[in-house]
Amino acid sequence: MAYAFIAPAVARLGLVVFYPTISSLITSLTDAQIIGPRNFIGLGNYAELFRDPRFWNALRNTSLYAVVTAPISVGLALIFALLLNRRLPARGVFRSVIFFPFIVSLGIISIAWAFMLDPQVGILAAWLSEIGLPIGNGVRDPAWAMPAVMVVGIWRNTGFFMVLYLAGLQSIPREINEAAEIDGASGLRRFRNITWPLLANTSLFVIVIAAIFSFQAFDQMYVMTSGGPFFSTETMVMLIYSAGFKDYRLGYASAVSWILVIIVLAFSLIQIGYFRKKAVQY
Amino acid sequence: MATTVSPHPNRSRPRALATTSVSHRRSKARERLSTALVVALLMAVSAFVLLPVVWMISASFRTQGDLVGNPGSLLPQVFTLENYANVWQRIPFGRQLLNTVAFASSVTAISLLIDAMAAYALARFNFPGREVAFILIIVTLMIPVQVTFIPLYQLLAQLGWINTFHGLVVPRIADAFGIFFLRQFFLALPKDLEDAARVDGAGEVTIFARIMLPLATPALLTVGMFTLLANWNDLLWPLLVTTDAQMQTLPAGLALFKGQHSSDYGMLMAGSLLALLPMIVAFFFVQRRFIEGIATTGMK
Repeated sequence: MAYAFIAPAVARLGLVVFYPTISSLITSLTDAQIIGPRNFIGLGNYAELFRDPRFWNALRNTSLYAVVTAPISVGLALIFALLLNRRLPARGVFRSVIFFPFIVSLGIISIAWAFMLDPQVGILAAWLSEIGLPIGNGVRDPAWAMPAVMVVGIWRNTGFFMVLYLAGLQSIPREINEAAEIDGASGLRRFRNITWPLLANTSLFVIVIAAIFSFQAFDQMYVMTSGGPFFSTETMVMLIYSAGFKDYRLGYASAVSWILVIIVLAFSLIQIGYFRKKAVQY
Repeated sequence: MATTVSPHPNRSRPRALATTSVSHRRSKARERLSTALVVALLMAVSAFVLLPVVWMISASFRTQGDLVGNPGSLLPQVFTLENYANVWQRIPFGRQLLNTVAFASSVTAISLLIDAMAAYALARFNFPGREVAFILIIVTLMIPVQVTFIPLYQLLAQLGWINTFHGLVVPRIADAFGIFFLRQFFLALPKDLEDAARVDGAGEVTIFARIMLPLATPALLTVGMFTLLANWNDLLWPLLVTTDAQMQTLPAGLALFKGQHSSDYGMLMAGSLLALLPMIVAFFFVQRRFIEGIATTGMK
């Protein structure tokens, strides 16, 4: 009976997750194109991508994107969660508003972001040049493209991380903070000595999720910049897309996607390792 | 406490009480000031967060000339509905809307059933291989979905499923996150219920369909909303599996149209707003429960 219940899910996960993941590893060892014969070339694709400046560029862009957006969005999320954990008028409304970007299609809202930064019609472009910060060609300017897609990424995920932090804050027993307050500990000291250490689990969880999200960034780059100008916003997923589905170099694209698997898996394992060893108890 | 809210706190009170009430009032006043500052800050943040959607609404009712002429303004000089009329003609908007509704809702409905069945089995039955199945499901959570796209594309191409509805839907049904989430929920339900039903002679399918699924409604709503959002909003998957505009969903259709005609600002904003609206409305109705749903399971 149990098998009948679980069979459809296992069949599906096997067929569209495990099979393609392994298949992609095998493809990454071949010179497969969309048509024609495929030859086994061992680690040829990996050797090629490690020599390919375009791969290093994508890895660098993705890492830079992760290193900037993950800490900023997690930091902002923590601040908003702390502010919205106390009694406030319209608290529920603020929570929903800050969370709201997470429910809209990133691909579609990126069209609006691109237009808001457009030198012709963009409201942000107009406002920024008003305050003496002209952004030139907007997302077509190499200096502004990456910051623009970063802002969109931060805008998108902060609310989600905030909700995770709110859950973490609510799991801290009230009495601990109240006792410290009676003992005269200031707000900042209470945060440093009580809230922050007790949030360690949540923080690690959120940071790892943020890193994994960043390494999978695609939508706003595809819509706003197509990876340009001059590949300055080409991320790893964009490179997989363009090598695999534009140039039809399936072997090479599969190799890049396996590098992505290894990076994401490494983050997940860090998380599991941490929770195994040292979960904060209270 | 009453002294601090009384309108005349000093009226014939012992001195000691009066001074505490003054310091109390001072800290109350400080608290009110800091609350006001926090609210002001959060209002500024909210304004920034909502700006893209507000600008989208505004641009969708403006003419090209107005947008180019007054880029810094949020208010239309001339109010027009032209963009909303055009969007149905310039792109197969009606068809793509229908595709999006059909794609997202069928994936959600089928996934919910398959996820719930698997979650129920993992939570409630003892069977050889249960641990292995659970570990495999957890492992799929760690695999970035993009790695599966090239083999899946090849598979769909061999089957002739590119540009078909089943090609879009079938690979998306059931997901590890939903199974994991629902399992946690089923684990927490009391066992007496099903034991009682079993004593009454109910079969396993009846227990699942008549007792467990209705009890799981809140969890099913959260997972359902997640699945619906993820598929309605998805860009990369529809982009790969559909090349024919008639088969595309709205995120892919609009993104591709933007790539070709990047200066049809008002029309693209009208189409974008219409495409976002169903999920915004759905979120409006379930927001509290949905946010709490993420909060309670995100941590476990």
